[in-house]
Amino acid sequence: MANGQSSTITWRMIGRVLGKTAVLFLLLNLLFAGLEPMETLGRVSLYNWLLPGRVRLPYGENPAESYNLSLNNVPAMLASHAINRPKDDAEFRVLLIGDSGTWGWFLPNEDTLAGQLNALGLETADGRTVAVYNFGYPVMALSKDVLLLDAAMQTDPDLILWPVTLESFPRDKQLFPPLVQANPARMRRLIADYALDLDANDGRFITPTFLDQTIVGQRRNLADWLRLQQVGFAWAATGIDQAIPAQFDLRRSDFEADESWQTFTQAATLTTDDLAFDVLAAGMTAAGPVPVLLINEPMYISQGQNSDLRYNAFYPRWAYDQYRALLGETAVAHNWPYLDLWDTIPPDEFTDTPVHLTAVGNKLYAVMVAEGIRPFLAEKPDLRHPNPQGLITR
Amino acid sequence: MPLDLASLLTFATAAVLYAGLLNGRWRGWALLIGSTLAIYWLQPPLAPRFADYVLPTATLALAILGWLLTRPPDVESRQTTLREDRLTLVVLFVLAVGMAFNRYLDAAYRLTASRPPSPLWTAVILLGLGGLFLLSARLAAKADQRRVLSGGILFMVVVFVALKTAVLSTAVAQLWRTLTGQNPALAAPTDLAWLGFSYVAFRLIHTLRDRQTGLLPALSLREYVTYIIFAPAFIAGPIDRAERFVQDLRALPHMVGLDAARFGEAGLRIASGLFKKFVIADSLAQGMSLTAVNAAQATSTLGLWMLLYGYALRLYFDFAGYTDMAIGLGLLFGIRLPENFDRPYLKSNITTFWQSWHMTLSSWARFYVFTPLSRSLLRRKPRPSPTLIVLVAQIATMTTIGLWHGISWTFFIWGLWHGVGLFVHKQWSDRTRKWYRELAEKPWQKRAWTLFSWFVTLQFVVLGWVWFLLPELGLAAATFGKLFGFGW
Repeated sequence: MANGQSSTITWRMIGRVLGKTAVLFLLLNLLFAGLEPMETLGRVSLYNWLLPGRVRLPYGENPAESYNLSLNNVPAMLASHAINRPKDDAEFRVLLIGDSGTWGWFLPNEDTLAGQLNALGLETADGRTVAVYNFGYPVMALSKDVLLLDAAMQTDPDLILWPVTLESFPRDKQLFPPLVQANPARMRRLIADYALDLDANDGRFITPTFLDQTIVGQRRNLADWLRLQQVGFAWAATGIDQAIPAQFDLRRSDFEADESWQTFTQAATLTTDDLAFDVLAAGMTAAGPVPVLLINEPMYISQGQNSDLRYNAFYPRWAYDQYRALLGETAVAHNWPYLDLWDTIPPDEFTDTPVHLTAVGNKLYAVMVAEGIRPFLAEKPDLRHPNPQGLITR
Repeated sequence: MPLDLASLLTFATAAVLYAGLLNGRWRGWALLIGSTLAIYWLQPPLAPRFADYVLPTATLALAILGWLLTRPPDVESRQTTLREDRLTLVVLFVLAVGMAFNRYLDAAYRLTASRPPSPLWTAVILLGLGGLFLLSARLAAKADQRRVLSGGILFMVVVFVALKTAVLSTAVAQLWRTLTGQNPALAAPTDLAWLGFSYVAFRLIHTLRDRQTGLLPALSLREYVTYIIFAPAFIAGPIDRAERFVQDLRALPHMVGLDAARFGEAGLRIASGLFKKFVIADSLAQGMSLTAVNAAQATSTLGLWMLLYGYALRLYFDFAGYTDMAIGLGLLFGIRLPENFDRPYLKSNITTFWQSWHMTLSSWARFYVFTPLSRSLLRRKPRPSPTLIVLVAQIATMTTIGLWHGISWTFFIWGLWHGVGLFVHKQWSDRTRKWYRELAEKPWQKRAWTLFSWFVTLQFVVLGWVWFLLPELGLAAATFGKLFGFGW
């Protein structure tokens, strides 16, 4: 030895230690694969006890700057959220689901729709405080909304707000979100339970093999779960959960003379085969007795070049007008409370995309949503049939 | 490149080959050659042209210069040593010029971080430099050795200050960029991030000073250069003492090659280091520890405390992990590097904390700052009070340690913080010694006192990290205030 000390270590002993370590590692991997503990592990969280719960769902590609990250473990996402705590008697819990516009792209939490609604200090007629929880997630697909709504129902909401836009409706897009693909069991259950017109055997679903379920195979998911806890400390200290750039490109105002949308190259007639109204209906059913206020969310309406053909970079007029008509008709047909706010926000209050709002835009939006909520806050609201005709606006 | 998993694996593989295949008498040479290659390989890319080749070469040049200055006068008479020293010089020259041939290799196969200068020019410059060194050494041999060695120490301090002061290092980088045809306006303090220089400088100063005091044994050039650049300890220490290092180096021919005890112990240390660095410290680095960015963004006192504690743990596990890996790798090569940490956050006073945190640096500072300064003050007429001597010596020692990390106000305050802390603890323990001895008969009270002292010491150390971590004085002061609820 370098210092001449005596030792009992022999090569045989080192071999035994390495051999036992290898066997133990193998057994642990097999046990892990057998138990499939990722969902259970996801429920273990530092949030809501050591750390404050997150005000919006974890999402982000740069954890070092945003103190946030994207992961596909739905229980872990839910466990990290502020909504995942017992509701007290003085709270009227409002669950707000939706896309990146709802999540609050390029906005601090106080400027998101949920933040602005909370700032209005709404109360129910019996004196309960309205607490709006931002459960938006930055992907546009109704399937993803339903997946998250299904998971969030255990948090005992009193009301659900569901802003939607045409971009979430294309049937082809429903199995596109990584969150949906990475949760095949959850999504297949929804497809079966609600008889959704989606392929449960779609090749995009990530179906793990036995090896994928081992610790080695799950190392990325394990690391994401761990990192979600880690970045929680910086989030708790700073309140930052998004790296907001000082400058960004504004949404386009001028367009080519192009009427294409999704797989359509020119104007056509949209049907329920093209748009996933069955997924929307599944969300309404998944809410059970909890009322859902469906909102056709505001969008940017351009007055620039070729704006007679297109409202914005997302939508040609023919597609959006048909969607809006279909959505209104469907809401009436199903007796769904529905708020149509599509053209209510001035163009200057949109940021990088046709559905991302400024803080001022969200404030205007929140005031209108608050009006839509009021019937649900009454002394004895008819929660199942709150006069949807009366709620349909614009 | 930092000491990552790939470089660690390379070192470990080299160590197995070295121990298993190499004849004992070649081990010393293998360490010299391997370490020389490693300092080029480990040096990260630098923006100024050729800097990532020139700086490792300068490390070798400084090591040779240090050896020339610290050679005992009678060494010229020993022919065997002279032959080995000449051979070492040739080997180092060939290696340095050989590294310049990386210029002709594709980037993927290069051992240097970027394209080195022309080997021909390199050879000419190195030969010229060698001649200059030999001439200087001849002249120095005739001059007052004490002054020559003091000049050597002063030179190292000047280079150190130039590199560690943002304004000066930027100026040097500007000059460098001008000379190599780059835009000087782009110069930055980080341009000349000379890998391992802080440790090299302290080892050189140690040998120069020990030659002055006669403590340094006679070392061959091979032994001296290997001591200065020994690869496992090159990046993050520990700072070994030359006389201890050469004991192991000289024992290498007799070392059992594939010794299970040595490999077992080394493996455990490396595994421990890997766990500390790559599992604990790197986890803490991801959102759980204070940074200059999140310190400025913080909005809650409790959150700030959590991040500060995260940083304190991260710093310890990162550094202690590196040390474990260095010690483990050293053992694989047959060199037992000194310990650097001994559970410092569990100590119950600041004095024992500093006896267990970066122990080799604090020992260095005690040897070369505290002791000589205290003795010098004791010799002054009129002699200052013992209290004043302790105060001055503690503060000078700790501010030196602070400034070793970088010359800035925040590092100075960090050093001052600990200097004052050590002084206050000394005064306290001097005045409470009798009371503390009596506590031995009251075990519960002693335990409670130890727990309280541990808590206070830990808070003191953790708060000190604010000055150590944050680069701007204003931000550090604001963060310090916010930890106590002020300035929100």
